[in-house]
Amino acid sequence: MAKIEVDETRCKGCELCAAACAKKCIAMSKTFSATGYYPAFLCAPELCSGCGLCAQVCPDLAISVFKEAVR
Amino acid sequence: MLLINPRPESLVDVKMHYCPGCGHGVAHRLVAEAMDELGIRERTIGVAPVGCAVFSDDYFNCDMIQGAHGRGPAIATGLKRTRPDCIVFSYQGDGDLASIGMGETIHSAARGENITIIFINNATYGMTGGQMAPTTLMGQKASTCPLGRDPQVNGYPIKVCELLAQLEGARYLERVSLHTAAHVIKAKKAVKKAFQNQVDGKGFSLVEILSTCPTNMGISPLEATKFIADKMLAQYPLGVYKGAEGGKIDVSRN
Ligand SMILES: Cc1ncc(C[n+]2csc(CCOP(=O)(O)OP(=O)(O)O)c2C)c(N)n1
Ligand code: SF4
Repeated sequence: MAKIEVDETRCKGCELCAAACAKKCIAMSKTFSATGYYPAFLCAPELCSGCGLCAQVCPDLAISVFKEAVR
Repeated sequence: MLLINPRPESLVDVKMHYCPGCGHGVAHRLVAEAMDELGIRERTIGVAPVGCAVFSDDYFNCDMIQGAHGRGPAIATGLKRTRPDCIVFSYQGDGDLASIGMGETIHSAARGENITIIFINNATYGMTGGQMAPTTLMGQKASTCPLGRDPQVNGYPIKVCELLAQLEGARYLERVSLHTAAHVIKAKKAVKKAFQNQVDGKGFSLVEILSTCPTNMGISPLEATKFIADKMLAQYPLGVYKGAEGGKIDVSRN
């Protein structure tokens, strides 16, 4: 289990995360955020592996990556 | 679930002013993570440039000074020599470092100052509106060479790592890029090494980071990463130009 959360107040809709995601599980919203951008969102949560590549390329540190704790 | 990428402590928790897709934000994170991981934040002083990163003193959570255009390495020299206990870095764009500041860059390298320079090569003057930089590629359009850079009129691009590699005083020179996640991960290692070298007293370390300025390139952020892959890499090959071989420099003068 893994997921990402996008901070809509920080995302500027540059789309670099969506391009970096090998599983293609990030898409851009069709509606404006409060700051006037089309923010990224996790469109296919079941595919997210928590690899964090999206966060590597995000210039705005808007993506938090979560993974199930390994015991 | 566990958050695996907490925001680095060395980066203030505010929204950055950079344009969508601009490479400066990623470069800032890499510098901040290096400070965190080496545990040096409390004794680090950064020098902010003139250029879009002029406001980086609002972002880096360490002591900061904002220098006049191109003077970062001279200011860093003064700081390091008077406060050798501090870790001093200068963060500069190509208009800042390779143009008006080229004298400071070359001489701080020649003197072998024990400082760290983070050099953002986005092939343009970002802040002032996309004028030609010393690093603008042949044929690349800029607001001051609208038909594309022409060697007859504008001369040739400057390769900063190759140039500095001639100097004995330059100890660590590496060129990295931010155009894919894999390259960002590699860039992180180089940035961290450039700080580690200073901690170890190894002398002048500069990391050249190929970055994007989608706004002034007039293309989308994704196209700008392709511009690096297809055009910039050919002119600016990635790699280690000097590997900080050997031991400490003589820091007795500090
Ligand atoms: C002495 C002086 N000359 C000119 C300027 C105008 N100026 C401000 S930013 C800049 C270019 C910066 O470009 P670069 O270093 O590539 O940084 P970027 O904005 O691309 O990050 C210039 C020429 C200035 N501030 N001071
Ligand atoms: S003008 Fe270029 S370098 Fe400056 S913030 Fe915008 S994209 Fe970045």
